[in-house]
Formats: sequence, C-alpha cells, structure tokens
Amino acid sequence: MAEKIEIYIMGKKYKVPETLTIMDAMEYAGYHIKRGCGCRSGFCGACGTVYRIAGDKELKVGLACQTKVEDQMYLAQLPFFPASKPTYSLEELASELDTISYYFPEIFRCVGCNSCTKACPQGLNVMQYIAYAQRGDFEKCAEESFDCIACGLCASRCPANIIHYQVGLMVRRLYSKYEIPEADHVQKRVAEINNGRYDQEMKKLINADIDELKDIYNNRNISS
Amino acid sequence: MYTREMKELIKKVEATRDQRAGVEFPRMNPEEKQEVLDNYHPDYNKSGFVDLKIGPSKGQAVPDELGELLEAYSSIKDIDLDLNATDYEADILIIGGGGAGAAAALEAKKHGAEPLLVTKLRFGDANTMMAQGGIQAADKPEDSPVEHFIDAMGGGHYKNIPELVKALVMDGPEIISWMEDMGIMLNKEEDGSMETFHGGGTSRMRAHSARDYSGAEIMRVLRDEVYNNDIEVVEFAPAVELLIDDQGRAAGAVLYNLETEEYYIARANKVIMATGGSGRLHYQGFPTTNHYGATGDGLILSYRAGAELIYPDTIQYHPTGVAYPPQIQGSLVTEKVRGLGGTPLNINGEQFVNPLETRDVEAAAIIRECKGRDLGIETPTGMIGVWLDTPLIERIHGEGTIEKQLPAMHRRYLKYNIDMRKEPLLVYPTLHYQNGGILIDENGRTKVENLYVAGETAGGIHGHNRLMGNSLLDILVFGRRAGQDAAKNCNENKPGQPGLKHLDKYHQELKEAGIPEDRRAPKLLPKYRHQKTS
Repeated sequence: MAEKIEIYIMGKKYKVPETLTIMDAMEYAGYHIKRGCGCRSGFCGACGTVYRIAGDKELKVGLACQTKVEDQMYLAQLPFFPASKPTYSLEELASELDTISYYFPEIFRCVGCNSCTKACPQGLNVMQYIAYAQRGDFEKCAEESFDCIACGLCASRCPANIIHYQVGLMVRRLYSKYEIPEADHVQKRVAEINNGRYDQEMKKLINADIDELKDIYNNRNISS
Repeated sequence: MYTREMKELIKKVEATRDQRAGVEFPRMNPEEKQEVLDNYHPDYNKSGFVDLKIGPSKGQAVPDELGELLEAYSSIKDIDLDLNATDYEADILIIGGGGAGAAAALEAKKHGAEPLLVTKLRFGDANTMMAQGGIQAADKPEDSPVEHFIDAMGGGHYKNIPELVKALVMDGPEIISWMEDMGIMLNKEEDGSMETFHGGGTSRMRAHSARDYSGAEIMRVLRDEVYNNDIEVVEFAPAVELLIDDQGRAAGAVLYNLETEEYYIARANKVIMATGGSGRLHYQGFPTTNHYGATGDGLILSYRAGAELIYPDTIQYHPTGVAYPPQIQGSLVTEKVRGLGGTPLNINGEQFVNPLETRDVEAAAIIRECKGRDLGIETPTGMIGVWLDTPLIERIHGEGTIEKQLPAMHRRYLKYNIDMRKEPLLVYPTLHYQNGGILIDENGRTKVENLYVAGETAGGIHGHNRLMGNSLLDILVFGRRAGQDAAKNCNENKPGQPGLKHLDKYHQELKEAGIPEDRRAPKLLPKYRHQKTS
C-alpha cells in the first residue's frame, strides 16, 4: 500500500496515496468530476491545474491527468478559460504575416517574460513559436506549436493577453493549406473514383459470397 | 521508472534484439487465428454477455454492463417536463461533439440547414481527440478502394455490411482531400505526397497520420471550422432522452444541464446521434482508452426510440494498452508503434506474434502469452503484460524517429522516467472501441424516421472487428453523409408535436420483464469516487 500524503484541494485537506495523479487524487478524495476532465490521457487539455507546494512561492501548472500529487500540494483546476476566438474563412486568407497581424495584433505586445513557456504542460517553447509567428516564419511556428493541446494555461499567464494556442492553430492551418504542396495522388484518385473507375469491381465485391471473399482475402498480396 | 527486477528482464530483450531485427515473424493462418480468438479473446467469453429481454433487438447478446443500461428506465421517468416550452430550436439537432458530430454540423450548414450541436462535456472532449495512429484512405498509386474494401471485410470477419464498407472506402480519398483543404497538417513527403504506413491487417500502407496526434489535429481543426461557420454549440448539456412525435419520428431531445441540473427541450426536424462509444462501461472489468464521457448514451436513447442494434457483442480490445506505470494503466499505446516496426515480446525476449495481425487476433495472442503460456511480465501492482520493443524502431528507421513520429507517446512516458527510445514498453490489451452499434444505412439513417446515427455509435461498417485507421475515416465519412442527407431532406417529413410516449411502452416492457424501477439510464458519467470506508 502506497504511503499517504496531504494535499489541499481548493484549500481543503485530504490524505491520498502518493502514487496518484491529481485527477485520481480528487476522485479518491470524493469528487465526482464534471468539468476539468476529458480524455484522461493528456490529449484534450480539459484538466489544466494550478498548484503551489507549501513554502514555495512559485505557482506551478500541470494537467491533472498527467501530474502526480506531491505532499503539501495546494491545487485548483482551471475548468474554463474565457479566450476569444476570431472567426475567419480560410479560403479568403493568405498565408502571410499580414493575416496574423490582422487577427492577432497582440502578439507584437509580447514582453518576452516567457511565462507562457513555463506554463506549458507539453513542454513546448511557446514564446518561441509566437516569435516565429511575429516574423512570419510559419513553418517553424507550425512545427513548434504542433503538439499543443489548447489547455489555455499559457494564455492564463500572459501579461499581453495573447491567446497563444489560437495563434498556433491559425498558423498551422494557413501553412498546411497554402505552403505545403497538395498531394497529387489524392486528387488523381478522387478523379478516378468520380469517373467510375472502380464501380464495376466494387459491384462484383458487394455481390460476392463469403467464400469468394475469403479466398481473395487469404490470398491477397501484402506489400512491405 | 522500471523496477530493478524489470530492468533485469529488459536485458533479455536487449540480448535478442540483434537476432530479431529485420526478421518478420510469420502471420497466422485462418485456423490459427480462429483458435486464439476462441480461447483468449474476451468477446468469446460468453459469461460476460446477456441476452436482451426487451426492445427492437430482443434476444441479441450484449455485454452485461451495457445490458444493465439498455434494460433500464428513463432517468426522466418521474420528472414533470413541459415539452412545449422549447428552449432550443434548430433544423438539425446534432448530439455529440466529437469528430462525427462536427463533420455532420459542417456539412449540414454547407447544405443550407441550421444545425445545433449539443455535447456532454466540452466540444472536442471525445475519442476522436485521442486517436493517435491515423486515418486510412486508399489514395496511393499502388493501392485502391478495392484493396481497402477487402482488408476491411476480412478484418471484420466478413460480417460488415458491404454497402457501408463501399461508402467508407470510396469516400476515403475525398476525405483526405477535404482535410488538406481545411489545412489539417498531415505527415507528408517533401513533394506533398502522403507519408503512409501499415496498420494491423492492411495489405497496403494507407494509414495517414499527423505525428501521433492524428485525431487531435483533425478534431481541433474541425472545431475551429464549426466556430468559423457560426454554428451554435451547447456544452455540458447531454441528451437524456429523444423526443418522438405521434408517428414515431424523431423530433428533438431532452437535454440536461450538468451544472444547473435543469432540463431543456430542444426541437428539430432531424436528429443526428453522434455520442461515440462506451469504453467507460468497463466491459469485463477492462481498463479503457476511452474519454471520460464514453458511456454509450446514444445506444440507449436510440434503442428506446426503436432503432436496432447490430453486433453490440463485438468489442475491440486494443492490443497495446499501458500495463506500466500504474498511473496511466489502460491508456493507449498507438498501433503506429507496431506500424513502425515495434514488436511484442514475452518475458524471455522472444517474439510470439506478428506485430501486424488484426487487432482482435493480436490482442488475443497477447492474452494467450500472459494467461495461457504464463510468459508475461509481472509489475509491482500485480498487472501482467508483454514488452513492446520500441528501441527497435530507432534501429530500423534511425535515431530520432520516435521523437518525430511519436512525440505524444514519448512525452507521456518520459514523465514517468521511461525513455521508450532506449527501453521497451510494457503493454496489455485495453478496452478500446465498440465495433457494433445502431444499424445505419449509407446515409446514416436508422429504422426510426428522422433519426440518423454517425460515428462510433453506428454499427455494421466494421463487422466484428475494425481495422486501425478506419474509425477516423468512418466518423468523417458517415458524419458528413448524415449531415448532408439530413440537410437535403430537412423540410420533408417534418415531425409533429414532440412527445415521450415511446417511453411508456418501453417502461411497460421493462416492468413485465421484472426489471427493478431504480435501474436508470443513461449513465452520463462513470463514478470513480473512492468509497469512504471509515
């Protein structure tokens, strides 16, 4: 049996096994979570949590489903962050710096405090990807921001009111649509399908009996 | 961090790596596959299932835990609701905020209808978000929809409904094109052609990915598009009952505000059910990869309204769930790991199965290795698993491959001081997907007029076993088809006065079957609260 430690959920003390994640510890303490819980696997960004260890002044952040509890941890979840999202039509935009400066002028007010990077539970270099966006280097911004899960912890710490994850998302979409070449083989195949290239074979397969299908399947060639 | 004992065992994995590298373990023949399934796959363990006593699929076997909820009274049975006090009104009500719901909403809007999307948790808190591996589509020159069709049918044990498979594979390339058009950032070669890899049971490399955030990348862009299209979204408002008019047509739903605990009436001409899977019911006690809200609500609501189930007794156990460390036990280790060459190994560091068998066969083989042959590796908490040799990936494709192709996986394990580039992972099958669901046609229609189903809630597409990468495709194909069809026919066959009469009949049947009245559904959220013992 794991050792028990003391944690404080919104100021109230609970004793929980030291091996638990913050999320499991909250449930262990008796919470039936409604907000602040989604995939429980570190992909959805629903469970952003702020905490502080008694005696340490530094405010720390993490995902409740991915962070282990520590003794004397004071924690609260950030169940919702009131971020604005500009609406746009990707079709009408160009992949250029002007687009980003129009929708997100605040990125130029970045004071370089690096709080966003420190807040990122994914360990992304958030300030750096905003710097790439400022310079119009969308490829680097897209690559650096890609693993973002939009938990909003960066934005919650930003003195310049930048909503970093929205910037990353728009840059990635612009970059992917307009700067990465389209896959010719996809267009070719779509045209073939629309021209009826596979209709006959498909009709045959749909009407085939199970033994015929088994025979085709068991003798098919598997490429390596 | 692995224990000292586990680190000792890893030495055996390292010792055999040289002789294993580059050697393909033979695939099983059909008889060998059947044997391992019969003996070790949880679906073939009949004690985990119950035959339904009531409803449109009476006599059908379902997992015990699902049966408890299907054979239950409505959670609003004794609540006085004014069905005429409409809170929301839309042309099309979409229930569920995952990939299928989002795709349906976009397509409905594009075809001139006004959709309303309601969801239990946040928009995007869904299994789509967690799909790591990729999406299949036959767009490469050496591939075709014909090959894709055959792979899907064989993988599904020929139980798939052929017309649904046809829709799936023929729409595939168009879906990839749509994704490119929306600026979804897929892994590509320099010239823009798609980087693809094998999944279990595929004859061509046709899985497209976005690092190992494939579903997350799709979901966040779809969500962004839904907001860009000014579609109304209501979060933390699960549907708890369908509204049905006097002719049995879907006419909306009763929603429940999880925070204020009030009910809302949402009326619509068409309803698209896209609530996803049911992994959080933990069939046969398995841990799950599924998101918090995956409690099968859509199956229950649709069934009560008269829609039929197909293959609800076929559950997918993903072969590689986390067996260690215990904090993340049951979560997903993507099939892309095996697609890139990672192989399962027993306690002696020996291969015992080809890494790219279909999921049901691969999972059963791992269970056999642990339970039948007693060659698994035990963890300090008593969990048993097999190794998944990830360092082999770096050896095959070069150093840096894992960081580039599997950053999510790598990041997660590093938090527990396991470096998957240098050490193997410990895995065991985990509850992943419901292969069956509500029976649909090619446009997502069900037996209940005006009720569509799309995504994991739908059944028939994958037969008895879905192949990797076919669900990200399925949610987009059938989400879009349902959205289009509902929009096109939005003003035809409009429902009349919405009601809950269908419940009276259902409740009567429950009563006659002797089901206790305190059994209620849907469940909405699992309860993991610790029971206070002292």
